[in-house]
Amino acid sequence: MDRVLMKGNEALAEGAILAGCRGFFGYPITPSSEIAEYMARKMPTIGGVFVQAESELAAINMVYGGSSAGFRVMTASSGPGISLKQEGISFLSEGELPCVVVNVSRGGPGLGGIQPSQADYFQATRGGGHGDYHTIVVAPSGVQEMMDLTMQAFYWADYHRIPVMIMLEGTLGNLMEPITVREPVTEFVDKPWATNGCKDRAPNVMNTLHLDSDFLEKRNHHLQAKYEKIQQECKRAETFMIEDADIVIVAFGLMGRIAKKSVSEARKQGVKAGLIRPITLWPFPDDVIKSAAQTAKRFLSVEINMGQMIEDIKLAIEGRVPVEFYGRIGISPNPEEISRQIINIAAREGWI
Amino acid sequence: MKTVFQKPKSLQDNKFHYCPGCTHGIIHRLIAECLDEMDIREKTIGICPVGCSVLAYDYFNFDTLEAAHGRAPAIGTAIKRLLPDRFVFTYQGDGDLASIGMGEIVHASLRGEKITTFFINNTLYGMTGGQMAPTTLLGQVATTCPYGRKAEWEGYPAHMAELLAGNEGAAYICRTAVNSPANVMKTKKAIKKALEVQQRGLGFSMVEILSTCPTNWGLNPVEAMKWMEDKMFPTYPLGEFKCVE
Repeated sequence: MDRVLMKGNEALAEGAILAGCRGFFGYPITPSSEIAEYMARKMPTIGGVFVQAESELAAINMVYGGSSAGFRVMTASSGPGISLKQEGISFLSEGELPCVVVNVSRGGPGLGGIQPSQADYFQATRGGGHGDYHTIVVAPSGVQEMMDLTMQAFYWADYHRIPVMIMLEGTLGNLMEPITVREPVTEFVDKPWATNGCKDRAPNVMNTLHLDSDFLEKRNHHLQAKYEKIQQECKRAETFMIEDADIVIVAFGLMGRIAKKSVSEARKQGVKAGLIRPITLWPFPDDVIKSAAQTAKRFLSVEINMGQMIEDIKLAIEGRVPVEFYGRIGISPNPEEISRQIINIAAREGWI
Repeated sequence: MKTVFQKPKSLQDNKFHYCPGCTHGIIHRLIAECLDEMDIREKTIGICPVGCSVLAYDYFNFDTLEAAHGRAPAIGTAIKRLLPDRFVFTYQGDGDLASIGMGEIVHASLRGEKITTFFINNTLYGMTGGQMAPTTLLGQVATTCPYGRKAEWEGYPAHMAELLAGNEGAAYICRTAVNSPANVMKTKKAIKKALEVQQRGLGFSMVEILSTCPTNWGLNPVEAMKWMEDKMFPTYPLGEFKCVE
């Protein structure tokens, strides 16, 4: 397989195309526009559809239409745009329509800023729109993962009939790394439910209105059972030196990548540090965290926000080990900054 | 015995839930008859709105989607682009199309999406209980303009057919009514023409159909038909506003 130098956003877009994505519906917003621009160049050359929608609302509803027609489809946006898409994501969730939504995150609230941010963690992992639902959320930390997780996202979306969100920071989108380009996907999940014309079958209806309260409850139980299955099957995390760690750093995406360096640095300074990097933010890899909590004395959640994932870490640990937080907003902490934090905690606790 | 009248294949065998004197049922049937006559039922995907006709998927006998409020043209855009040989129509009321969905309908027509929109104008929000719509007539009372719509307070009625006819991507734009047998037949002709425009790939097509809402107008069905003629026709003139051959 070819080893090529690729930019994160391109790897993501190429991953989507390799996975069979044939519909992209976008709306410009920094720092996600490069994905739409790439798709605008590429889609017409491979028999796909690219539409620049009039709004994020229209874009996510084009995703709804394209998915319902049975195609692998995608949209990409950032903070304010992802907020606008939430109504549609709620509809897609109840319609059980597979799709991939990319959030190249930016800082908020409001228009916020365009620097790397993980401030949309709550929005992404708690559903985001109205109603009881979840989307699968993946957080790549390098260019290879941008391609691989995008392909995985399309598979999970189809297999579980669920919207999958890829959440990343703008920095990753612009990062260039050598990667192995994967083979195109050739086997696809059947979609007998697609609304693509009722030739030789009974009509299909894609509907999310359930006025009968018993049926509505049944639908919710159905969704919850699916989420339970996903929790059992889809949790992913990378671990690094956690076996003997006194202090376990938990960080995802860009931050996970940076924190790995900090852990190595802290080890050089005599602190037994380790790292858990959640790759799926929902389902959250609480099993790995729970098991690390049996030996670790302390956890440190490092996020590019004011402290959001720390809640999931605490829920996983159930109060057995103290969890501390270090975060910045509008800027990603550098490796030295985090290793200093680790060493300070170790010194404070008398481990060194 | 010779069959002279029967339910179109494109309609399910369900009873309409619509109020007495409401014209949604007539319009559903006209669409169904046209799809049958063109033999395109199995190639058609209909997109239903939020509003009184939210349950249209219970009546149409072909693939349908239920859209979020106002978003049907965006959904239709994607389906038609991905499946260009299918027939895609949206069925939208005036709150859905002319208020919350104004952006989607204007841009679908600007892009010349090869879909057809059936726009049901009854001058108010029916399902939610008779609130003012962009199409509410000046002077007309609705629950959210209880003193009658005043231009200085609530602005002016939206003329959607005239507005969309100005867009280059629109190939066929027509306004009809279903107040009389003659107008019902004209509406059917317009529906078929709009679908033929789609078939020929000429661009966006819309039939605005003046409809009644006896319940929220506070009139009986016969009075409602007369109210449509007396009050709506002067503001919303019937006819073709755009017809690209």
